Amino acid sequence: MIHAKVHVTLKPDVMDPQGLAVKNALESLDYKTVSRVSIGKYFLVDFDSSDREAVEADLEKMCKQLLSNPVIENYRYQLEDGTQ
Amino acid sequence: MPERTPLSDPAITMELVSDHGLSEEDYNHIKEILGREPSFTELGIFSVMWSEHCCYKSSKLLLKTFPTSGQRILQGPGENAGVVDIGDGLAVVFKMESHNHPSAVEPYQGAATGVGGILRDIFTMGARPIAMLNPLRFGNPSIAWNRYIVNGVISGIADYGNCVGVPTVAGDIYFSDSYNGNPLVNVMCVGLMDKKDMTLACARTSGSYVVYYGNATGRDGIHGATFASEELSEDSQERRSAVQVGDPFMGKRILEATLDLIRARVVEGIQDMGAAGLTCSTCEMAGRGAKGIEIDLDCVPQRAENMSPYELMLSESQERMLAICPRDKIDQVREILTKWDLECCILGTVTDDGLMRVKHGGRVVAEIPAAKISDDSPVCRREARTPEYLNRLTKFDPAAVEPPADYNPALLELLAFPTIASKRWVYEQYDHMVQTNTVVSPGHSAAVLRIKGTNKHIALSCDGNGMYCYLNPYIGGMITVAEAARNVVCTGAEPIAITNCLNFGNPEKPDIFHQFAECIRGIGDACRELNTPVTGGNVSFYNENQGEAVFPTPVIGMLGVIDDPQWITPSGFQDEGDCIVLLGPEVTHLGGSQYLYQRMKVVVGPCPEMHLETERKVQAVCREAIRAGLVKSAHDLSEGGLAVAVAEACLRSERQLGAVITMNAQLRLDIALFGEAQSRILMSCAPSSLDSLMQLAKVHNVTARKIGTVRGERLIINRSVDLSIASLQEAHHTVP
Repeated sequence: MIHAKVHVTLKPDVMDPQGLAVKNALESLDYKTVSRVSIGKYFLVDFDSSDREAVEADLEKMCKQLLSNPVIENYRYQLEDGTQ
Repeated sequence: MPERTPLSDPAITMELVSDHGLSEEDYNHIKEILGREPSFTELGIFSVMWSEHCCYKSSKLLLKTFPTSGQRILQGPGENAGVVDIGDGLAVVFKMESHNHPSAVEPYQGAATGVGGILRDIFTMGARPIAMLNPLRFGNPSIAWNRYIVNGVISGIADYGNCVGVPTVAGDIYFSDSYNGNPLVNVMCVGLMDKKDMTLACARTSGSYVVYYGNATGRDGIHGATFASEELSEDSQERRSAVQVGDPFMGKRILEATLDLIRARVVEGIQDMGAAGLTCSTCEMAGRGAKGIEIDLDCVPQRAENMSPYELMLSESQERMLAICPRDKIDQVREILTKWDLECCILGTVTDDGLMRVKHGGRVVAEIPAAKISDDSPVCRREARTPEYLNRLTKFDPAAVEPPADYNPALLELLAFPTIASKRWVYEQYDHMVQTNTVVSPGHSAAVLRIKGTNKHIALSCDGNGMYCYLNPYIGGMITVAEAARNVVCTGAEPIAITNCLNFGNPEKPDIFHQFAECIRGIGDACRELNTPVTGGNVSFYNENQGEAVFPTPVIGMLGVIDDPQWITPSGFQDEGDCIVLLGPEVTHLGGSQYLYQRMKVVVGPCPEMHLETERKVQAVCREAIRAGLVKSAHDLSEGGLAVAVAEACLRSERQLGAVITMNAQLRLDIALFGEAQSRILMSCAPSSLDSLMQLAKVHNVTARKIGTVRGERLIINRSVDLSIASLQEAHHTVP
């Protein structure tokens, strides 16, 4: 069993209207020191396999195909061995 | 955020010039205009303004052949959108645009920003957007990637349109292998305004302020216009900056603010920053008014750090507007913008010297005669050659195809075929009732909207069958206009004007340019015959994937006006016992039909014929019959032929009425049922109106035949088709 933790975030120069809306909301709640909020996605993917290499190859493909859009988003992930 | 140093200006080499999509000839021309070598920023400005997307270099000579004037036309091509007089002091503003390339690489944002962009074109003219239409073309839905694109595009359109509160009232969707990897995402927006509010994108008075409002400028979309002028390839997937992210809430705020500014009469000109952003809006507004414009880039609100003048001028960040505001009105402008929580940034002023002067960090980084950028843009005379495939495909005799052994499954399969099947699964994701003016909603031949406070209604339809244009670009072009007009006529309207979006492959290929030139000729001829001038539109070239062009796909958006609400006519059958009448010529072959495409998986045969005079007469009969109160329902025959039209008329009747049809026995039944001959309308009328209807057709010398009766709960055609309405319904609602 392998757990994967995948973070997907917008590329630095891509506009993030959601992040901006949250930043504005925080400001209106008087948090004056917030300079930026960016919103991304976090996936937990469990694999029924102990073959790290094969899992990583699959995960790499998943990230490109579905979990992120490489045109506007970056992704990174960590793999952890898990028991159950 | 990682610190980024500004790009230092690279030296200008021929390689850099060619990377900017400019030829040596173009470059020499630039030097002639400037009287010197351009700076890097200036090279960028010329590069975007002289891209196919902005200056229409391959198409402008041909586009000039379109009929563009008429009594009702208040503004033809060349502005943000076309404007048509609909009487009562009101005008309709409408335009169609493509967002094909962005949608191919990022379907959700690509489609959403397409919607945002076309909305801005409409409200910038002073009109409140009242409807959206979305003609879409997708690849084969059995391929997973195409399904990903379909879902992304549809949610992108739905989310943006629903957020800003503009109903999506109609559209059409075709699926074909031809659009694999290069979908066509066209968006049309329709707005309504008081004629007096019409505002042009023009800088008229020296000394007026240049005001920027909306989103801050980031690095997104730099060279989007250039990107749209290239073929897609494997590495388009990896291109970074050409796709922008839409912000519908900001879109809504600038919509309301812009309409307030216009109604308060505090701006003299206004343009949105779409393709080529700040560059295009400044030099075009100055050019149209024969003025100059001076802006300081240090005043531009910036989202990213250390942006270079090149990046600031070329960024295509969404939801940004540029207005020209007389000096004494600036306080009112600021007040209105503040009300909508928008910052009012004065970038500079309108000048008398005709120059577009751009400053950055106290230096002048660009100084170009504004009018010359658009007036002197290159014109390409492309070579056209009749494609070899035409001979091969049109020689095919569709009669060689065996008729189906059993017509029941043949009809059900056709009704379930993705292009023909109901698009309810799509339009139920769109809000089509917001603003509460939609009288005839999606799922009919055309949408009908009421104009509050008057008796008037408008009808809207968009059409474009790429298969016909592939088989015969000239006839296909004519059919596109004719069908759009026919759809509008069937609702009870008089068609009055069109907009268009012309989607083609690479115009540098002679085969493709032949398709383009012939389609243009066909569209122009049909518009003249049907008296529906062209008010504007958009050309999208380079729609290719791995070297293969998509079907030549001109899409026409038709506007019709209904003066009396009693004329509004549904497309579904109304009452048991009504006569079913087929108006228009006999069908003679199966060429170009969806039936052949579905059965044989190939596009072959001659294109259906189009005789414009017949078309005009058929439409006249339909219109007059409706006005005389003879018609209970009218439905245009299109993809899938008569059988599909009858089935749809049954399904669209509120009570799920059946029909009994008797076809002429001399004709091969599969041709009669599935052939896609044009200029045909399926009508139903009360038995007492039948004689008058036939008489009216006779006066116009139009063929009309009673082919059956609205009756029962089954669709029965001769002894060949016998299906319950429930089974038609089930097939028609198949989701691909």
